[in-house]
Amino acid sequence: MPSFSHFFDTLFSSSDVFIRAMLLTLELTVVSILVGIIIGLLFALLKISNIKILAWISDTYVFLVRGTPLIVQIFILYFGISNLFLLPDFWAASLALAFHNGAYISEILRGTIQSIDKGQMEAGRSLGMSNALALRRIILPQAFRRALPPLGNQFIIGLKDSSLAAFISMNELFNVATTLGSNNFDEMTYLLIVAVYYLILVAFLTIIVNTFEKKLSISDR
Amino acid sequence: MEQKEMIRIRNLNKSYGNLHVLKDIDMKVLDSDVVCLIGPSGSGKSTLLRCLNYLEKKDSGQILIEGTEVEPGTHDINKIREKVGMVFQHFYLFPHMTVLENVIEAPTHVKKIPKAQAIEEAKVLLAKVGLSDKADVYPSKLSGGQKQRVAIARALAMKPDILLFDEPTSALDPELVGEVLATMKELALEGMTMVVVTHEMSFAREVGDWIVFMHNGRVVESGPPKEFFSNPQEERTKEFLQTTVF
Repeated sequence: MPSFSHFFDTLFSSSDVFIRAMLLTLELTVVSILVGIIIGLLFALLKISNIKILAWISDTYVFLVRGTPLIVQIFILYFGISNLFLLPDFWAASLALAFHNGAYISEILRGTIQSIDKGQMEAGRSLGMSNALALRRIILPQAFRRALPPLGNQFIIGLKDSSLAAFISMNELFNVATTLGSNNFDEMTYLLIVAVYYLILVAFLTIIVNTFEKKLSISDR
Repeated sequence: MEQKEMIRIRNLNKSYGNLHVLKDIDMKVLDSDVVCLIGPSGSGKSTLLRCLNYLEKKDSGQILIEGTEVEPGTHDINKIREKVGMVFQHFYLFPHMTVLENVIEAPTHVKKIPKAQAIEEAKVLLAKVGLSDKADVYPSKLSGGQKQRVAIARALAMKPDILLFDEPTSALDPELVGEVLATMKELALEGMTMVVVTHEMSFAREVGDWIVFMHNGRVVESGPPKEFFSNPQEERTKEFLQTTVF
């Protein structure tokens, strides 16, 4: 184990590199979460659409993503797609992560959409709203609110999963930590440092999700 | 004066699988009338009401709304629903919106009237149901009776020609029933055309213009309340009225 003073010395001296890496991790996470929400919502709606073929497409997607390791998906996207057209590393990593998170997010959203009382939709329809309008104005706002705790959980998983982008040579946090560690023959110090950065990011994400939850629960009070 | 026919039902049939819930229903609702649908649980009252708003699909027969036969294939059901409002047993207020937002939701997003105007109209409606002070409150803060009055205001905001009530007081604590019935009575006096599924016999007798008694998916007997309650013709009706406490 490194001594405290050595740990803090290294923490501060390496902060430039790590902060740059942290920003990349943050970018990967934010892009993959945002794209993942869009993908997730799309597949959740396909699943509840009452059209068999669409529900089947959604089921298949979820099965494939949940049934294979994320690292395999990242490699398939990185090596496979790069053969067809050049996909920048950042986008290969973000899209793989988004594609992966999307499956879990779609299951979260499907569950919460279906948990909203059927009467809510009927009330909307009885006021002359179309299915789409009632979904957008009545059902989804309630479903998103209910989905926030599990979504927050998924976001944190997504953040930590972004470390796998190191394997396609993205200079995000984990990659920087292992590289610096082996260059300086000091793996443990750099791994402890990177753990601190992940904790900071997760804390930050948790605060954002909690703030949203509080803001949205205003109608309960 | 000849009253306009607001709703005309001919030979309406509806089944859920093998369960035949509505059998050859014939019924009409005249302008400004209050028609009360009564009968034991499972007699098909609520299903009939929901057919009028197309929340349930009929199997066969005709439904004419204000003289036009409406078919989901050829008519925009949403347009019909703007004319036929509905109040539910369990209110179904939108919990993520304040009372005022609940009331202006459909006018601003379906009819697309300006928000300022919708708010003005909503305030008038909330005053009418006695809830002006609750405009900015979320539904979770309201009592059942207050929720149902908001639901009535929300339905009225679309300026419907006909209002359907599906057991509007059945989910309420006994002491809250009165305030909702009072609001409904006021509407009836103003000439709103109403179809009410209810177990409140005194309301049916006092406010109803026409009573329809249903049993096992059929209309067994119908008539003006005076004759219906004092001199029922059918055996089933007599049995039902005897079991109902006034």
